[in-house]
Amino acid sequence: MSRVVLITGGSRGIGLATAQRFAALGDKVAITYNTTVPTGDFLAVQCDVTKQDDVDRAFAAVEEALGPVEVLVSNAGITRDGLLLRMKEADFAEVIDANLTGAFRVSKRATQSMLRARKGRIILVSSVVGLLGQAGQANYAAYKAGLVGFARSLARELGSRSITVNVVAPGPVDTDMTKGLGEEKLAAFAELVPLGRIATVEEISGVITFLASTDAAYITGAVIPVDGGLGMGH
Amino acid sequence: MSQELFDRFTKTAVSLLSVDAGKVTREARFKEDLEADSLDLVEFVMALEEEFGVEVPEKELEGITTVGQAFDLIAAKTK
Repeated sequence: MSRVVLITGGSRGIGLATAQRFAALGDKVAITYNTTVPTGDFLAVQCDVTKQDDVDRAFAAVEEALGPVEVLVSNAGITRDGLLLRMKEADFAEVIDANLTGAFRVSKRATQSMLRARKGRIILVSSVVGLLGQAGQANYAAYKAGLVGFARSLARELGSRSITVNVVAPGPVDTDMTKGLGEEKLAAFAELVPLGRIATVEEISGVITFLASTDAAYITGAVIPVDGGLGMGH
Repeated sequence: MSQELFDRFTKTAVSLLSVDAGKVTREARFKEDLEADSLDLVEFVMALEEEFGVEVPEKELEGITTVGQAFDLIAAKTK
């Protein structure tokens, strides 16, 4: 395939692994990063998804270099963990603005050219905590759950134009973000997972590239758990 | 009604809604005659905003069903 793929939050973790995977498939890949400048077989564009101007500028840069975005992977995310009583309103608001409203900003912009092309794939990276809940992550879980309603609404709005919108809900994955939790907490997580371990980033990126493939043409509005069984029933 | 304005309006309709220019008459209904669904109309209005340099709030689109109504809305804003 040689599609134009844009991945937000592509400098590390799931985003970076996804970028490498699309590039290996022969797609033209662009990623956005906020602070960490990544290197790899892709175009890297600085973009703070909390700023509409940044988003517009990033899309313009990608369109000029590669063409209109055909596959969007909204993956950029931040955490501001804390128990509710200790969580500041700013911690809650920042997570929602960067992650959920950020997904809105990039999806809206990407939709413009997808509507014209009468095709497109939008893949939103959520998390098992969106539907399972997680102590200390009320803000993060609220955003991840919010992505589901957002995706399903878009799936209905855009379905008639062959644009699919799906959510991938990973469980604990071995990334810089989860390393921040500490070994002990990660080991405890792994124990809760039926498969008994946390995921590699490749196990997540493979599902994302599948959702962008022709084999997934009839899947839209779906929430695909990739969580080793952690979220079963949720 | 300015013919020049209507011609520009028609041109936008032809390219956005993929219809023949001859079908774009004041009486034409978007849904029934031009086979445009709600998404087409949103795209069409956005294209008109760009073409004519105007802004059309969502609210003003309520009740607009024909080409004539949409054109009058835009034409009033270009004055």
